[in-house]
Amino acid sequence: MPQLPKPKLPGLIGGLGVTLKTMLRPAVTVQYPHEREAPAPRARGVIALKEENCTSCMLCARQCPDWCIYIEGHKEQRPPRREGGRPRSVNVLDRFDIDYALCMYCGICVEVCPFDALFWSPEFEYSEFQIGRLLHDKVKLGEWMQTVPEPEPLEVGAESKGKK
Amino acid sequence: MSTTEARPPAFQVDRAALRHLADAQVNVELDTGDMILNLGPQHPATHGTLRLVVRLDGERVVSADPVIGYMHRGYEKLTEFRTYPQITTLINRIDWLSSFANEVPFLNAAEQLMGIEAPPRSQYIRTVLTELSRIATFLLFLGEMGLQVGALTPAFYGFRDREHILNLIEAATGGRFHPNFNRIGGLKDDLPWGWIAECRSAMKIVLDACDDFEDLVLGNEIFEARTRGIGIVPAGVGASYGVSGSNLRASGVDWDLRRDARPYLVYPELDFKVWTHPDGDSYSRYWIRLQETRESARMVLQCLDQIPAGPIMAKVPRIIKVPEGETWVETENPLGQMGYYVISKGATGPFRVKIRSASFSNVSILPWLLRGVYVPDVITILASLYFILGDIDR
Amino acid sequence: MSALPVLALQLGWGTTLAIKTLIILAIIPLGALILGYTFLLKMMSHMQSRLGPMDPGGFHGWYQLVGDGLKFLQKEDIMPAQADRRVFAVAPAVVVLSTFLVFLVIPIGPDLVVKNLDVGVFYALAVSSLSVIGVLMAGWASANKYALLGALRAAAQLIAYELPLLLAVVGVVIQASTMNLQGIVLAQQNGAIFGFSGLGQPFILTQFVGFALFLVAAQAELTQTPFDMPVAESELVAGYMVEYTGFRFLFFFIGEFGTAFGFAAIAATLFLGGWAIPGVHGTWANILGPFVLFAKLMAVAFIMFWVRFTYPRLREDQLQAVAWKYLIPLGLANILLTGVFKVAF
Repeated sequence: MPQLPKPKLPGLIGGLGVTLKTMLRPAVTVQYPHEREAPAPRARGVIALKEENCTSCMLCARQCPDWCIYIEGHKEQRPPRREGGRPRSVNVLDRFDIDYALCMYCGICVEVCPFDALFWSPEFEYSEFQIGRLLHDKVKLGEWMQTVPEPEPLEVGAESKGKK
Repeated sequence: MSTTEARPPAFQVDRAALRHLADAQVNVELDTGDMILNLGPQHPATHGTLRLVVRLDGERVVSADPVIGYMHRGYEKLTEFRTYPQITTLINRIDWLSSFANEVPFLNAAEQLMGIEAPPRSQYIRTVLTELSRIATFLLFLGEMGLQVGALTPAFYGFRDREHILNLIEAATGGRFHPNFNRIGGLKDDLPWGWIAECRSAMKIVLDACDDFEDLVLGNEIFEARTRGIGIVPAGVGASYGVSGSNLRASGVDWDLRRDARPYLVYPELDFKVWTHPDGDSYSRYWIRLQETRESARMVLQCLDQIPAGPIMAKVPRIIKVPEGETWVETENPLGQMGYYVISKGATGPFRVKIRSASFSNVSILPWLLRGVYVPDVITILASLYFILGDIDR
Repeated sequence: MSALPVLALQLGWGTTLAIKTLIILAIIPLGALILGYTFLLKMMSHMQSRLGPMDPGGFHGWYQLVGDGLKFLQKEDIMPAQADRRVFAVAPAVVVLSTFLVFLVIPIGPDLVVKNLDVGVFYALAVSSLSVIGVLMAGWASANKYALLGALRAAAQLIAYELPLLLAVVGVVIQASTMNLQGIVLAQQNGAIFGFSGLGQPFILTQFVGFALFLVAAQAELTQTPFDMPVAESELVAGYMVEYTGFRFLFFFIGEFGTAFGFAAIAATLFLGGWAIPGVHGTWANILGPFVLFAKLMAVAFIMFWVRFTYPRLREDQLQAVAWKYLIPLGLANILLTGVFKVAF
């Protein structure tokens, strides 16, 4: 038969004390949307694109685990850098879309980009009512660049500089 | 009552009558005496989509069969077609509460195959983040076990105090739940400025929270009445079912992979105590996890005092191809013993990964454990064994 | 019901009846609302380090429960296909009926009581146990195993805890020498503690054991933690109420908090002196009485809800063990001692 332990009141009273103590302290709730907490600068909110750095190398699209980056580009001829040289061919982006309905915010694309064209931004308030609008095109991704924070200083003892 | 003796079954299990449970479609008309209750895939007590087909005689359980697989996501198949960085992202989500701890054994396996050693600074930071995820998981446990037993308030305290840990992990890695921070050879980034001081103050908050839990839940006579002597797992039975982690230590077995198995991360250099408890009941499982939370907080403080300066990433080629070979790495995850058996054939991704998850084995003891207990005790036992569905089903 | 002189007004028989009916009908939802908002929404939230509703109504979300009630009213009436239709429909009404009937005898002023029954205490406790029938009807008619489990647990629990409730009150009755609730209040107002009559003689001082017993038994009668096995949220997900939606669920909710209001009022009347402040009589007592009773009632309810939000729940057999093995002998001992002291002093 299950037995009740000897009634030791202190344990029961102690519990009441904890709840009373918590009741008398201010609550920890942050009343969103009237108040907002700023996320950490490194928080993975949204990915921003710096178009002039992108060379359509397709590394990000290939490494994405969900294949949510869609890139299309074409080659253009640019005038040579100096007199008498060959015309250079440059990759020009036609389309660079990230589908945030698929994105799992892992950051592999930002990390593997060899030309520093993708950056993390802690901006997170971009919910939409239609799921199609979660496909951000390169114009919108370029706008997110304004929200990218400066690389922050690192902890004591770190060797490398702050990266993105 | 000695906890090492085998417990005689309360009811004789009728194998023939149970055969109809094999295809998981239960016909109610078969037996008029007992009632079959589905603690179905959707239930507040089953921590996710675990289905327990329970046969009741009044309020006593005659037999219980867990039906798993409602959350199977095919991890081992997914890993066959992904590269190592992509897999690191995915395996965060196996045990989503302690996601950093899932990455560590897998990348240790890859590093072993490549023969690379991560630099000491990154080993220390890995340890700190692993212990932080252990604290986060256990704080949730301390709260939600109180909830399952009926007290509404501890759950909120658990979540409230966990916020500090999650904010720390977010400040360091960018993601609260899924850090995706480990890389073969080290870590992705170093810690931001001021992180160590914040971590120290968060550990103080954690230690205070543990005292609160001790007053509110552990010292409560009603909680003791609900959990003492409930769900006793004798050490031998537990070990034979593959129960691991805090559950096994609560049965008195002094076994901790951080100290006993092949050493990993910086645990050999830390001074920590492995807690055990002689009874194997639900109360001792709660008690053990409370003590381990405190111990983890102390370990984090030790690590923070000892972090060396230096690089956080070893020299690795840009495109990582792991040489051929196979290896097995197991670690002490918050839920128990987690292991990865990685077979590589020299490509950018593994050939086959076998994931040994802790909760799968922890749950396998349920049919043995739940015979003859009351329905409320089923809930208590489920809460005290502490499994995560993602860990069971993968 | 005779004509009632209130504030020197002579009201006719019909008017009095109408006013009393209106008050009774209004006080239950109002009481449920006030208790629900103050304790369930705000006190529980602050005990859990959060704020509770803040937006509805602008000022700290006071409108939340009213909005909830209106929301429930406009929901679809769903009945499970295999449910027993008539029993399913009537069960919430039975539960709420018992709450309404309790308020008939609670005095809120020296002249303000709907019916001053001589067996007031007996009537109040008898009528409050009608809810067991409603709970059983609800659980059985829901055609749901979880509901059935909850209803059976509730029946066993509510019947078991009737006895400690009664025994706790018998001590008060012995001390006041009457079962009339108005008489009990007057006995507390006019009594004296060792000759000092400034505070009256609230029975909580001499009947502290009875008060504790009453609180514990009331907690069980209301199926509140630590005795909320019938509605064990993490197992049965609302127990016997699980198949109820919309207006019927609203009835259960009002019944639960209205009965809490009622039990708190009874406890305040029996142990804390009800509407009485020593030294205040006549018309002033009629005006201040309701507020005084309200304040005392909220204090008792605070304790009840504080315990509810702090403790885990007892298992069914432990619950029964507490009632039969601890509370009833304690109640009997209390009666014995009260009787001895009453005769001796």
